[in-house]
Amino acid sequence: MKFVDEFRSVELVRGIVEKLRHSDLLSIRLMEFCGGHTHAILKFGIRQLVPSSVEMLSGPGCPVCVTSSSDVDLSVSLALDNDLILTTFGDMIRVPGSRGSLQQAKAEGADIRIVYSVIDALQIARDNPGKDVVFLGIGFETTVPTVAATVIAADKEGITNFKVLSLHKLCPPIMKEVLDAGEVRLNGIIGPGHVSAVIGSAPYEFIPRYYGMGCVVSGFEPVDILQTIAMLVDQVVENKPDVDVSYRRVVRREGNVRAQEVMNTVFQPADADWRGIGIVKDSGLRIRDEFGQFNALTYYKVRLDDQSEIKGCICGDILRGVKVPTDCRLFGKTCTPEHPVGPCMVSSEGSCAAYYVYGA
Amino acid sequence: MPIIVGESMCLAIPAKIISVECDMAEADIGGVTRQVSLALTPEVEIGDYVLLHAGFALSVIDAEEAQETLKMLESLI
Ligand code: SF4
Repeated sequence: MKFVDEFRSVELVRGIVEKLRHSDLLSIRLMEFCGGHTHAILKFGIRQLVPSSVEMLSGPGCPVCVTSSSDVDLSVSLALDNDLILTTFGDMIRVPGSRGSLQQAKAEGADIRIVYSVIDALQIARDNPGKDVVFLGIGFETTVPTVAATVIAADKEGITNFKVLSLHKLCPPIMKEVLDAGEVRLNGIIGPGHVSAVIGSAPYEFIPRYYGMGCVVSGFEPVDILQTIAMLVDQVVENKPDVDVSYRRVVRREGNVRAQEVMNTVFQPADADWRGIGIVKDSGLRIRDEFGQFNALTYYKVRLDDQSEIKGCICGDILRGVKVPTDCRLFGKTCTPEHPVGPCMVSSEGSCAAYYVYGA
Repeated sequence: MPIIVGESMCLAIPAKIISVECDMAEADIGGVTRQVSLALTPEVEIGDYVLLHAGFALSVIDAEEAQETLKMLESLI
């Protein structure tokens, strides 16, 4: 496939790895903030390719994994206690909460449907005018504009039975939160490619300015990721932390301005609850009052008390880069992709699932 | 369909635009045709490659930049 195969070139991979081997670097610790990168790094065996001086950690970048237990419970309650159709991306349905997963709710009779796109959810609303159709909005800036565009379309069309439960999250605020917490010492950040296709690379400029480390926005093919690592290594060796982009075919400094406008028309920043981290100010999005009729949260007035995390699951620590999946006693024993105990084993972007499938 | 539900959620893949009608388009993904919304990328033209995410074209792929990146890498190694 064009724009894929070229960036899987064995010669280029070899060349960059060779270059890395000969760099003057003593040691470097990098964190990726995108579940897509976690998946790709394990799938392509990047950790094994790079010299041992390069240590790679995963941050809170898997949208399913970062959803808090109480937000999972909220979704389950919404589906079980109301006469509605809940639509969701596939990954979310298997995430366990304290009242069970959406999959279990479905088995108990709740009408829950998996969709590939939010457009499909709107179509279900069109086809079922007598029923409310709620779309479970999870995901980062990559996905948010697609939801916003669909809300605008529903508004124009006068479809009133379509609602969105916005559990969306924002990337730059959580990067700041992790850096402020200072639990892991980092030398550079692998910036999320598809989030940045929307927001651009400019929002990361606070990282070199205030934290003295670089951020290189990366694509998802092996050549992209290795090039990103090489760029971050150069920055460390030369002591010149900066924001740069290795994924230039997709990411521009200003991002997709149109997508940002669409997103800002419908959503405004709000506090969000992150698994393992807690409430982070303005790190999520709520629907603006102008579009209040689409807001499932206020429409159903659902709210739950804080729920405790799943027993034995250390997902939260893994999301903060403090622990790795193999540190978990349940990893590969009671917790497997077939029978996930925690969310990090559910999504293919989750660290535990990626470790399990591709080996640590 | 090459996209498996439950596959990486942030996944976005290159697709070639083969026809455009208002803010919808048809895109070719390795031989499979799909409907794509252009609500976020109204500038798209037939023949462009876009990054496809959850039914939407998220951005237009810059073929020149791709070439430059590859050339730059080849010169380095
Ligand atoms: S292996 Fe399972 S239980 Fe352990 S941290 Fe990962 S998801 Fe949680």
